Amino acid sequence: MNVLSLNNVTKRFGGLTAVDNVSFHIEQGEIFGLIGPNGAGKTTIFNLITAIYSITEGEIYFNDKKLQRKKPYEIANMGVTRTFQNIRLFKKLTAYENVLTACHKSADYNIFSSIMRIGKFKLQERYLKNKTDGLLKLMGLWDYKDIVASNLPYGLQRKLEIARALALDPKLLLLDEPAAGMNPEETIQLMELIKEIRNKFDLTVLIIEHHMDLIMGVCDRIFVLNFGIPLALGTPKEIQENKKVIEAYLGKEEKTYAED
Amino acid sequence: MSWDYVSGILILSGINLMTVLGLSLLTGFTGLFSFGHAGFMAIGAYMASSMTMKYGIPFFIALLIGGVSAMLVSLVIGKLTLNLKGDYFCIATLGFGEATRLILDNVQYFGGARGLSSIPTQGTTTLFNVIIINIVAVFVLVSIIRSRHGRNMVAIREEELAAQTIGIDVFKYKMMALAISALYAGISGGLLAHYLGYIQPIMFKMVKSTELTIIVIFGGLGSVSGSVIGTILLTFLPEILRSFYNWRLVIYGAAVILIMITRPQGLMGGKEFSIKSIIKSAKKFINFVRQRIGNKKEEVKS
Ligand SMILES: Nc1ncnc2c1ncn2[C@@H]1O[C@H](COP(=O)(O)OP(=O)(O)OP(=O)(O)O)[C@@H](O)[C@H]1O
Ligand SMILES: [Mg+2]
Repeated sequence: MNVLSLNNVTKRFGGLTAVDNVSFHIEQGEIFGLIGPNGAGKTTIFNLITAIYSITEGEIYFNDKKLQRKKPYEIANMGVTRTFQNIRLFKKLTAYENVLTACHKSADYNIFSSIMRIGKFKLQERYLKNKTDGLLKLMGLWDYKDIVASNLPYGLQRKLEIARALALDPKLLLLDEPAAGMNPEETIQLMELIKEIRNKFDLTVLIIEHHMDLIMGVCDRIFVLNFGIPLALGTPKEIQENKKVIEAYLGKEEKTYAED
Repeated sequence: MSWDYVSGILILSGINLMTVLGLSLLTGFTGLFSFGHAGFMAIGAYMASSMTMKYGIPFFIALLIGGVSAMLVSLVIGKLTLNLKGDYFCIATLGFGEATRLILDNVQYFGGARGLSSIPTQGTTTLFNVIIINIVAVFVLVSIIRSRHGRNMVAIREEELAAQTIGIDVFKYKMMALAISALYAGISGGLLAHYLGYIQPIMFKMVKSTELTIIVIFGGLGSVSGSVIGTILLTFLPEILRSFYNWRLVIYGAAVILIMITRPQGLMGGKEFSIKSIIKSAKKFINFVRQRIGNKKEEVKS
């Protein structure tokens, strides 16, 4: 079954076509890579899926439900969560508070029971706290739980964003350059972690990344975008051997070598 | 200073505190700035006074009616402006505050510019009642803040887009914060009317709204105890300085500026006042002193 389907999706900003007639289908349980040079339109696709931008043309389906005229929070509640390329944590809150806040959907006590502190309140709050503990431990953030998010090193901030996204029990997780700012060792760890959470939570993952090692090592299939235009789709091996892809990537690099 | 005088200022502090507490939720915890909360106070004041004076309704019920009326009006304003970006809300509250005052100036039912007088003050806004109401108000506020609802509001203040992507209905929570703050302001207005015994539209000018927001910032955004301490300090200060009448607002202003320069995060700066935190800072201080002494000794040794 397709968890996510993009059908002929186009996004224009005035005269600029950031995403040009893009279609792809992601299957349940897949780790699906989205790559392309800078400005290719990758982040724009994430913003279209999460309804931060509105689609110019085309359709997006999540579990066969059309995502149309939905608000970002409704998309999140359907089971699609994400991280941001330019980290957007709750900066002044601790790592713990960041995740605890995001767990809110696992409780349903209303404002009156939070004032009276009766009924479900205590039980559910305890559940939220246990859940937060679990997520922080899973992501290797337990030792940093009381540190204010903005004071965490870059790599940990990215992990915290993933923990926060997982707090909603998503079905589809969108990761926008999760390894940016990490060293090779951390990148390998992250790769293993992404596989682990996919298995553990029965997730489908869509991942944007420039670290080719990570993408090639973790993805089942990869979609390549260039200037908003679809370039190739296939397994890591197929993509590595694809002439058009090599041109789009290496072509540029050769040029920079020439300049040197 | 006689007790009557002091208790009078305490009552005024308590009345201000009601509005400041609500504003603390709106501005300090949800990140929305309002320059029109004197308008909600006015609605509460006029509604509650009419209830007790004209219909003989018991004081506490009248206060509640005043508060709920302010809340209902706030829901209309929120509905119209909270979907827009932050600044529009701020401007809208400013317009609302001034409009409310101008309307009251011209409605003869409410006494026009002369306002209402001979509002019952006996056994209504007493120090005891003010303290009880404020204790309940603080309790309710803190309970909300320490629940998932309060955490969602803080998330909106911190990073609105991220709040949306973790499934928070930003509009709903902004409405909630606004409604609660208007309820508090409305009750505060009712208390004020029944303390003074008269009300006039001119008492609810924009300056009043700004003063209240300044108190929240002065006390520290995101700190309930900061709001409480800030309100008491900033209500007492001008009163204590009353003998230097001409200079008191200058000193008041200077005190606010001084705090904002030395502590831009406000008096409490997002922290809460508690026995635990006092002990913690005391320990830190002792450790610091110990280290200093230790370092000195080492220096001497080497
Ligand atoms: N809100 C916007 N308004 C106007 N143009 C935009 C907007 N968002 C993105 N763009 C443009 O759309 C194009 C694609 O941007 P996008 O951020 O999706 O690229 P990307 O593939 O994520 O690149 P990178 O690898 O650098 O993150 C760029 O040319 C960008 O300038
Ligand atoms: Mg990007």
